[in-house]
Amino acid sequence: MVTCKDFLRELNDFLDETTDPVLRAELEKHINECPNCWVICDTTRKTIQVYKGMEAQALPDPIHQRLMNALAKKAGPGKGGSGCCGGDAH
Amino acid sequence: MENEHPEVSAALEPASAEMLLVERAKRGEVAAFGELIGKYERRVYRMARQITQNDEDAEDVLQEACLKAFEHLDSFQGQSKFYTWLTRIAVNESLMKLRKRKSDRTVSLDENIETEEEPIVREIAVWDDNPELRYSQEEIRQILDKAIDSLKPIFRTVFILRDVEELSTEETAEVLGLSIAAVKSRLLRARLQLREKLTRVFKRKGEQILGYAK
Repeated sequence: MVTCKDFLRELNDFLDETTDPVLRAELEKHINECPNCWVICDTTRKTIQVYKGMEAQALPDPIHQRLMNALAKKAGPGKGGSGCCGGDAH
Repeated sequence: MENEHPEVSAALEPASAEMLLVERAKRGEVAAFGELIGKYERRVYRMARQITQNDEDAEDVLQEACLKAFEHLDSFQGQSKFYTWLTRIAVNESLMKLRKRKSDRTVSLDENIETEEEPIVREIAVWDDNPELRYSQEEIRQILDKAIDSLKPIFRTVFILRDVEELSTEETAEVLGLSIAAVKSRLLRARLQLREKLTRVFKRKGEQILGYAK
């Protein structure tokens, strides 16, 4: 029988859907009977979702420009130079 | 001739198109390398910012990681994705920044963690169905940043790689030089700690926090 401690230990694999089917069935049975573990599972899943859904903000232009300048300098003359390092982020 | 490459790239699967860019960059085409970097610069910067918690350090990391990647591109064999390879360089640079800045022991990723230690759960409450209706996008971003900033580096770094950058457990272990068991253990603790912090903000108004029966 799965306890709350067991459930917490398996939470990652449960959320990542990497548990084997037998264990998964036991864990599902547990959260259907244990409101606390159900809430923990639900709110941990939402925690992951909210971070996954967070888009990286566009790089500030001066930072992008300094990066491209540094690359052009590193590459040296005749290998593309400044202004060649585009990218689809801007 | 100049237009030939983008047309070829567009017609290929993303992974193949990316390898084509890598091959061109290896031949010294800086524009191709710039295109590669352009795809990932914002994610590398965000990751570096989240690990170092400092804007200047994040910019340094981005720049140093990209220059190192350019310099050592020949050693990239394509066995992992370019982004994973770049991330590994950027994570190392970020951790070096942390170690230089602080002498405290909290920045070590090698810190020994009892893998069998029970994760702590205190706050148990149902969340609002739509927290985005209560907060603006910018407010939510700040809440998430504050929560992640409060984690110890050993947990923060694993969470960022697995759940923000969406690397696999194996890739995260490879990037950080950790065992898969260590990644899983740290990820669980990171997820639960963040869940605690976010529950305090996103819990349904008037919701009674439940006790957790062991």
